[in-house]
Amino acid sequence: MTLSPRCAVLGLLFGLATMAHASPAPDPDLARNLAATCTGCHGTDGHARPDATMPVLAGVPAAQLLQKLREFRSGTRPATIMPQIAKGYSEAQLELIAAYFAARQ
Amino acid sequence: MLKRRDFLRTAGLAGGTLLLPGLSGRALAATPRAHVVVVGGGYGGATAAKYLRMWSGGAVDVTLVERDPQFISCPISNLVLGGIKTLADITLGYEGLRDTWGVKVVKDEVTAIDPAARTLRLATGGTLSWDRLVLSPGVDFQFEQVPGLDSEAARGRILHAWKAGAQTVALRAQLEAMPDGGVYALTIPLAPYRCPPGPYERACVVADYFRRAKPKSKVLVLDANAEIISKKALFTQAFARYKGILEYRPNSALREVDAASRTAVLDFENVQADVLNVVPPQRAGAIAAQAGLKLINGRWVDIDWLTFESVNTPGVHVLGDAIFPAPTMPKSGHMANQHAKVAAAAILRLLAGEAPNPAPVVMNTCYSFVDASHVIHVSSVHQYDAAQRTVLPVAGAGGVSVDASEQEGRYALAWAHNIWADMLA
Repeated sequence: MTLSPRCAVLGLLFGLATMAHASPAPDPDLARNLAATCTGCHGTDGHARPDATMPVLAGVPAAQLLQKLREFRSGTRPATIMPQIAKGYSEAQLELIAAYFAARQ
Repeated sequence: MLKRRDFLRTAGLAGGTLLLPGLSGRALAATPRAHVVVVGGGYGGATAAKYLRMWSGGAVDVTLVERDPQFISCPISNLVLGGIKTLADITLGYEGLRDTWGVKVVKDEVTAIDPAARTLRLATGGTLSWDRLVLSPGVDFQFEQVPGLDSEAARGRILHAWKAGAQTVALRAQLEAMPDGGVYALTIPLAPYRCPPGPYERACVVADYFRRAKPKSKVLVLDANAEIISKKALFTQAFARYKGILEYRPNSALREVDAASRTAVLDFENVQADVLNVVPPQRAGAIAAQAGLKLINGRWVDIDWLTFESVNTPGVHVLGDAIFPAPTMPKSGHMANQHAKVAAAAILRLLAGEAPNPAPVVMNTCYSFVDASHVIHVSSVHQYDAAQRTVLPVAGAGGVSVDASEQEGRYALAWAHNIWADMLA
């Protein structure tokens, strides 16, 4: 693939933050991307509609979110759909997701 | 893939002084900006347009080309047929994308795409150029495979209502006008088609309407598939609750339609109905083939699952129902919304000269109404498998409801409002 000059300049602006690292860094957007798989139901960045049907995830402390997700995954917290979904993610992925939503305002 | 070293060299060639700190506002303003054009404003395209703007912090220009003035949701549209919701309840505007997110929304239709020149032509005569293109064209119907549906007149009489809008309202009117004691026949094509559980939900919701309003009427489900292809046990239970009203017939492929008499011609019998509703076989929206994208079975676009790029047309990313699905992946609005986020993240990485996320994840949630308030779901999570270069369902994850419930009825409507906002608000 080749980049047009204007793409390259844009890429430069996006890439500045990661330029300092010499070795390949992990995708800096991994937590954001994983959390985005939740937002069809829970609202963009965890801001679900305030009708209390779907829990708002934005700003909830990470430990609290992670505990719920772990309980869904282990089966100790009964629910209709979340136990099935939580089992699809690794522990490391759930930690990233919980931290991402906790940091949203 | 562009390596970091190559990217630095390219960036240096583009203007090394920009690397210096203290970049002036004037220089920034003069910087050419990347432009992504998104074709199709449904669950995939609208989400892609929003997330490209949101995740780039407005640094990428996004134009959304959509032929309809408003978004009308297919999910929940069966409730319009049942008289529980109106078309207004499932209709949303594009002003949020325009005013909140700065997406340039163009009401037009794309008639031709030139991937080599990175341009496309609009029906009104203009052209657009792009650095990357997102195609979310949905499905087109293969009417040529249903003899008898080849004329506009026939298609005005035998409706599909498989794209929500005028057809939904017209089919509701046919159901309302049908006398009590009439037969509503629904034909289902062989999988894959848009929204696997949708026809079974429709049969239930119409049967529920008949039970309330026209109890002597019948729902006849003529399924080309050998069995119910989604939430089978739960729909089997639901159908049993409509005993005497709803009849399900598997292995009943539609061969031809006689529109004048509303007759479905099957292999061994003809079924005459008062309302005949044909869900035709489908393929990727025609613009995909026009653009020269590689199709599988002549129907669905073959994509790279890390970027959603067409395998033979770099720079063109395809989302939603138009793609050849990964194993067990349904053609659903929810899944198109997930595709869009993976593609948006990959596009921004590629524009920045970086490799896309090597481990994308997508998941599906699909709620189906079995009457006006009781709902069942199916869910799945799909993680990228580097060896197989596709996303695969996670074993032990996902599943279906234990039983239909009103609790999941509330979740279903909350899902709709939240995902509409995730796309459009």
